[in-house]
Formats: sequence, structure tokens, C-alpha cells
Amino acid sequence: MVSPAEQPRAADTPLQEGQNPVANAARATGKAVREFYRRKRLGAIGGFIFLVLILLIPIGPAVAPFDPYSPHGQFKYAGPGTVCNSESACRENFGKTFWLGADQLGRDTLSRLLHGAQISMRVAIISVLVGVTAGALIGMASAYFGGVIDLVIQRLLDTLMSIPVIILALAIVAAFGASVTNVILALVIIFITGSGRVIRAQAMAVRETDYVLAATAVGAGPVRIIMRHIAPNCAAPYIVFATANLGYAVVVEAALSFLGVGAPPDDPTWGGMLAVAGNNFIEVSPWLLLFPGLVICIAVFSVNLLGDALRDVLDPRLRGAT
Amino acid sequence: MRQYVVKRVLLYFPTLVLISVLVFLLMRVIPGDPAIQLLAAGGDASYTEEELAEKRADLGIDRPIPVQYVDWIWGMLRGDLGLALYYQRPVVEELSPRIPITFEIAFLAMIISIILAVPLGIVSAITQDSLFDYIGRGFTIFGISVPIFVTGIVSIYILARVFNWLPPFGYAKLWEAPWENLQQIFFPALTLAIFQMNFTARVTRSAMLEVLREDYIRTAHSKGLRERVVLVRHALKNALLPIFGVAGWSLAILLGGSVIIEQIFVVPGLGRLLIESILQRDYNLVQGVVMVFSVTVLTVNLMVDLALAWIDPRIRYG
Repeated sequence: MVSPAEQPRAADTPLQEGQNPVANAARATGKAVREFYRRKRLGAIGGFIFLVLILLIPIGPAVAPFDPYSPHGQFKYAGPGTVCNSESACRENFGKTFWLGADQLGRDTLSRLLHGAQISMRVAIISVLVGVTAGALIGMASAYFGGVIDLVIQRLLDTLMSIPVIILALAIVAAFGASVTNVILALVIIFITGSGRVIRAQAMAVRETDYVLAATAVGAGPVRIIMRHIAPNCAAPYIVFATANLGYAVVVEAALSFLGVGAPPDDPTWGGMLAVAGNNFIEVSPWLLLFPGLVICIAVFSVNLLGDALRDVLDPRLRGAT
Repeated sequence: MRQYVVKRVLLYFPTLVLISVLVFLLMRVIPGDPAIQLLAAGGDASYTEEELAEKRADLGIDRPIPVQYVDWIWGMLRGDLGLALYYQRPVVEELSPRIPITFEIAFLAMIISIILAVPLGIVSAITQDSLFDYIGRGFTIFGISVPIFVTGIVSIYILARVFNWLPPFGYAKLWEAPWENLQQIFFPALTLAIFQMNFTARVTRSAMLEVLREDYIRTAHSKGLRERVVLVRHALKNALLPIFGVAGWSLAILLGGSVIIEQIFVVPGLGRLLIESILQRDYNLVQGVVMVFSVTVLTVNLMVDLALAWIDPRIRYG
């Protein structure tokens, strides 16, 4: 591998194949993705769908036809495909279509779904990245140091795990207040407990290997051993665990919004939209229930397919386990 | 066996204490003074320093946190969880009528999910890679991806629209009116079970697949035992262990799910109480409900572990 410092030299001579590190990495990634697609078609499709949903974070608001907050009095519970044809109620939105209908205040469902991706996807990605990474660090430290540290950390994680997830999340949100940030905080704590245990199990095995012994023998410190030797060998369960929990994060966020303790009710979130549909308006317009429900299911299903496939490829020992 | 039991039980109590500390501290993180909230809730926001101090002394929150904690624990041991701030009634009185409702739903859901899932998992495993297996697996992977509140809303929509069924008001007690009681809790339990069965079916399938590859199954076959005997006596018996082993974990999911299901089906259970008390910022009540949930899960896990050790010698000697 060529280090970045040597790159300028490569820039003025014509590039030969295999010389440019960026191109190399891109080619290797492309090859891995193609190989993954060949072996696990469903998983790759799931990953692609989830990628599209992630891309909605920047793109969603730009392509949303309506302002997700603006009510249209005359178009309460408008069915899918209704055209906004009232000069007074629609103003700048005159002539636009409610492709997926409108809610109890006449807000466009499609626009709210597109904006909702921002909250749902952002919560999922941030909480999984922060929570699983922190959990992995804790798990590796716990495995490496062993003894009292290990005992205390594991007891603490055990304890947190014996509180049902939704109830733990509710308690945390109750303590710190209902907001998107605190939903992320709750999820981070939940993911730390899970990944702390999963990664510890792997790190315990890695710690006993000869190359860790060799590193210790040449005088490497704990940080170096954990980061350079143990961490890369915990990458597979890390990736599997993180992917598997992305869908879970979407579900918990939606559940909290659904219960009214997540994002403020006016903000467009998938779970919050369902709560409105579920509470009173079900008799009137089933599409209020259908579209957010469908989007949540697609998001979770796609990332679950990806997670299952990644697990089969990266971690054969877990194959077939739930 | 005795050594294992002692070890396992000794692990139970520190965890229990740790949970109570965590729950207690979590509820003390809350910004704002419950005494001020109570006084302000009484109408206008004017109160004197003395009134505030009196109220704080009344609630016992003027004392140091460790003292409050010990007091809370001591009360809990005597069955006193303090006063529900919003209702001004003992927490225990709020909790006790709701506990059986939630547990009944969770228990019924567990039974239904096992009845649905175990045969599905077994047939899937026996006919591995057949059309049935593919459909079954596709169904369970999809089922896991449908969150419980989606299943809940869809089922209540179907029930209301197609069967004209609406969630009843009030709640009939199991012992006083068993039939009404069953009618009330059946649909919430069924909805929970439809969600839960996907996990159970997957665990069953993988446990069964693993067992079917064991040497003793081959031995049983080569002894000339009938297929049914091999499957039921030798395979299923061993495959049931992991299914039973995740019972505690399933219960945690079911209890978590019941919070959402009770909200959708308007069931006056613990889960609904939890949401209400969170929205009313009644922390004594939140604290009490969370403790009931966690102690239950912890205790069931303990019992499952002990039962497993009793059934399976590999665990107690392992």
C-alpha cells in the first residue's frame, strides 16, 4: 500500500493500473460489493434500499413537494392523488398533488415521509455508530484487562440488559426529557450493553492468540494492543452487530415517537405519523396508517436482509442463529 | 448442582441492587423539583419559602440522596413504594390492579406464540431448503421487520372494520368473569404473539437443525427407529432446551411490547400506566413500574437458568 505522502510523485507520471491507492481501494470495494451481490443477492438488494433511505437525509427535503408543516384546511384527510385546487387553501402549493394523501391537518403525507427520513435515519445511524463503537471499546477493554474491571463492567451491562429495552428507553427519556437527542442517548446506552458483550466475547478469544502474546513480548502497551491487534480482529462481529441493530434503532425510535415521548408531535417522524393514524383517524383514512407503516417496514426489512447476509459472509459461526 | 445454584443465586442479588440504584439515580437526574411542580399544579404559582420547604419535607426529598435511597429500598421490602405524586395515592395501590392484566397478556401471548412457532420451526427444519422452509423463513424474516405498533394498528383496524370489534372499556377480572376477561385480552395477546412467534420460530428451526446433525440422531436412525420416534423422542426433546432457554429473553420482549400494545388496545395495564406516569412526570410511579418490570425479567431469568441446569447436566457441570 502506498502511503498518502508518496502520492505527489505518482500524480505527474502516467498512472499504471494498481498504482493509485484511491483507485485501488475503490476497485477493491467494487469487487467486494460485486462478490457480495453474487453470493447474497437479497442482502445486497436490502443494502441498496437502505442506502437509498439514507440518501433521503439530504435529498428528501429537496424533493418533497410540500412544506411538511403547512396545513391545508380544506384538504384534511384528502385521499391519495387529490389535487390541491383551492386558491385560498393552497396558495403557493396551488395545483400540486397530494400523491399519498394528507393528514388530519391537511399536511402532505409524502412530504412528511420524506422529511421524516431525516429524523429516523439520522437517529439510527448516529446511535448505532456511537453506541456500538463505545460498546466495542468497553468490551475490548473489559476482555483485555480482565479481573475486577471485567467483573464490574459485565455486571453493569448485565443489569442494564435485564431491563426490557423499550422500558429502559422510556425511563431514560422520562429522566432527561422527550427529545430526539435523548432518544439517541437511550439507544446509545442500549447498544453499548449489547455490543459490549458481543465484542467482549470475540476479544477474549483474540487476547489468547500468539500475535497478542508477541505484541506484549515486544513491549506494546494496552492501547496499542487493543487498537492495533485486537480491534481489527473484532471487525467482523462489529459490522454484523451494527448492521443488525440499524433496523432495531429505526423501530425503537418509531416506537418512542409513536408513544409520544420521542420527537415533538408536530415534527414529521414515521412513528409519530403512525400514532396520529392509530389514535383517532383510522376510521377515516387508512392511508394515514398504510404509508408510514410501509416505510418503517421497508426500512427495517431491508437492513435486516443486509444484516443476515453480512452475518453469513463475515461470521460463519453465527449462521442460522437468530 | 448445589454449587451452581448458589453461584447463580448469588449473582441475582447484586444485579437486583444495581438495578434499584440505577433506576433510583435515573429518576434523580430529572431537572426540576417535584415539590415546586406540585405546588404550581395547585393553581397559581405563588407559594412561600416555608410552604416549599414543608412540601419538600413532606415528600422526603430534602434529605441526602443515599438516605432517600435506603428509605425507598426499606419501604420496598415492606411493600411500600411511596406516593404517586399525581394521583396522591400509594404507588402500590396504582400498581397492584394493573400487574395481573399485563402479566396475563404477556403469558397468553407467550403460549400462543409457542403454539404457532414451534411446529413451524420444526417442520421448517425437517424439510430444510424445501419450498415450505423458504416460505416459512421468508415469513419470519419479514415478521421480525414489522414493528409491533404496525402489527397492532393493522390488527385493530381489521378488527374494527371487518369484525366490528372495539377495545372494551374497563377490565373484567380473570376470576370474576373469565369469559369477558378472555375476550378482552385475547386480541392484544394475539397481536403480541404474532410479533413474538417469528423469533421463537427461528430459534426452534436453528435448534432443531443443530440437533438433527448430532451423532445420536444418526444412531437412532441406524437402530431402525421410526422417523416419528427419532424426531419426537430424540430430536425435539433436545431442541426444546434452547427454546426454553430464551424464555426469559422472550418475556422481556413481550413486556416491552405490552407497553405499546396496551396503548393501542387501551388496556389498563402496567405499560399504559408507565406512559401515563411519564407524561405526568410522576417519577415515583415511573420508578415503581420500571422496578416491577425489571425484577420480573430478572427473576424469570434466574428461574429459567436454574431449571435449565436441573434439566441439562452439561450446564451445571460446564
